[in-house]
Amino acid sequence: MKIMPCPLNGPRNISEFTYGGELKAMPDPSHCSDAEWAAYVFNSDNLAGVVTEWWMHNASSYWFLAERHTVSDEIIRTFDPQELFKQRVDFAVPAKVEEATV
Amino acid sequence: MPYNLLKYGLSSDYPIEADLPPPRELKSSYDVVIIGGGGHGLATAYYLAKYHGVTNVAVLEKSYLGSGNTARNTAVIRSNYLTSEGVRFYAESVKLFQNLSNEFDFNIMYSERGQLTLAHTDATVRAFRQRAEVNKHFGGRTEMIDRQQIRELVPSLNLDPGHLPVIAGLWHIDGATARHDAVAWGYAKQAAKLGVEIHQLTEVEDLQVEHGKIVAVKTNRGTVKCGCAVQAVAGHSSLMMAKAGIKAPIHSYPLQAMVTQPFKPFLDPLVSSSALHCYVQQTSRGEMVFGGGSDPYPLYNTRSTLELKESLLAHAIEMFPFLANARLMRQWAGITDMTPDYSPIMGLSPVENYYLDAGWGTWGFKATPICGKTMAELVASGGKTPDLIKPFALDRFSTFQQVNEMGATAASH
Repeated sequence: MKIMPCPLNGPRNISEFTYGGELKAMPDPSHCSDAEWAAYVFNSDNLAGVVTEWWMHNASSYWFLAERHTVSDEIIRTFDPQELFKQRVDFAVPAKVEEATV
Repeated sequence: MPYNLLKYGLSSDYPIEADLPPPRELKSSYDVVIIGGGGHGLATAYYLAKYHGVTNVAVLEKSYLGSGNTARNTAVIRSNYLTSEGVRFYAESVKLFQNLSNEFDFNIMYSERGQLTLAHTDATVRAFRQRAEVNKHFGGRTEMIDRQQIRELVPSLNLDPGHLPVIAGLWHIDGATARHDAVAWGYAKQAAKLGVEIHQLTEVEDLQVEHGKIVAVKTNRGTVKCGCAVQAVAGHSSLMMAKAGIKAPIHSYPLQAMVTQPFKPFLDPLVSSSALHCYVQQTSRGEMVFGGGSDPYPLYNTRSTLELKESLLAHAIEMFPFLANARLMRQWAGITDMTPDYSPIMGLSPVENYYLDAGWGTWGFKATPICGKTMAELVASGGKTPDLIKPFALDRFSTFQQVNEMGATAASH
């Protein structure tokens, strides 16, 4: 079994984890256009090389980031998201935003 | 007469029938460059020449013909999808497949054995009813059948696997299989006869886009100008699209399949169960082919894993217990370009004269003929998308008009 070094739980079987997609910058949901939001939700780089991606340890619901080579399947580094995210992302809708019409 | 045979064997006039003309230099320019010499690319070239008289065409293949996912799928042909867009498209494909051997004068070993999909829950039974009706509406032959009918069709099937007894089945009479290499070879041979150039060992390294329009492709054998280009590189769709500066809603996952030692014929239909993540068929050589879902995370690597074998074979053995004693002979994998809605991406791209045939996930082989035919129509008309593939345009994701085929696709092939 392939081993995933979890930053919280240590080395565990990779079957204990769920892949969570590429790390990508989220556009501001209350100001971006539908097309920008669709591009964020659906599109991906899908690179052949080293990528940074989200993973979750199922049993502990712990989300973290991994640098992995998508050709050799080598897991280069895993780390806690706090290294990149210094503050909570605020999803609250600002009071003045007009309702988007479709 | 052995003597005649000997004379014939020693004669210098031995009539060699070449399937493809010998390799030659690339021309500096083509009307149409098709990137990828798999089933889809070759079929597009063939229909371009046959129906539209477009023969200044080059098919560029980085390895040998049909060396990618054309040779890695499990050769299932069916049209019992869920959406009307999907069923209409795949039903046309099945019709073209049925006549392909005659058209090529070359046996693609098309074998119409029917496909049986198993329902283990009430929810699946409801979905099957819908699929059966949609399929019949578009001219396919699909019926709901009960346990007794399943038992008669496949006596060797265990109808009560562990915690998931079989409740009903979706019996798709049009379900078939064919020799996938032969499909690629048949298209290649006929396309070459009509004047299409096929260049193997020719890798497209970069695409030249000027003023939003494709002008040339850079290969390991030099740069070739083109009026337009079609990409048909299943397994590497995102990487080729990135060369044209296009981002795609595609994630590439390996899909592993395997085959056992041969047995006497005992299993006629193709049997699949999405609840058990497994499909099983017996080839005309007698081997049992097992396939399942794609791997749990993206990878551009066709390596084999023990985890997948353990889970897939456990389910296969639940369906056919006597296979516990079978020996695996071979194992392989292909790269599946999965889209969020489990439908392909076909048609126009943001780059002018650059046409997409991408996102073929686990449903590419069965679409080979119709895909070639519709892509040829698109190319020959200079970018007028045929109705059949309009729903599969890349921009469906930004307009939120996806064609959801997940329920009829996952691990049931």
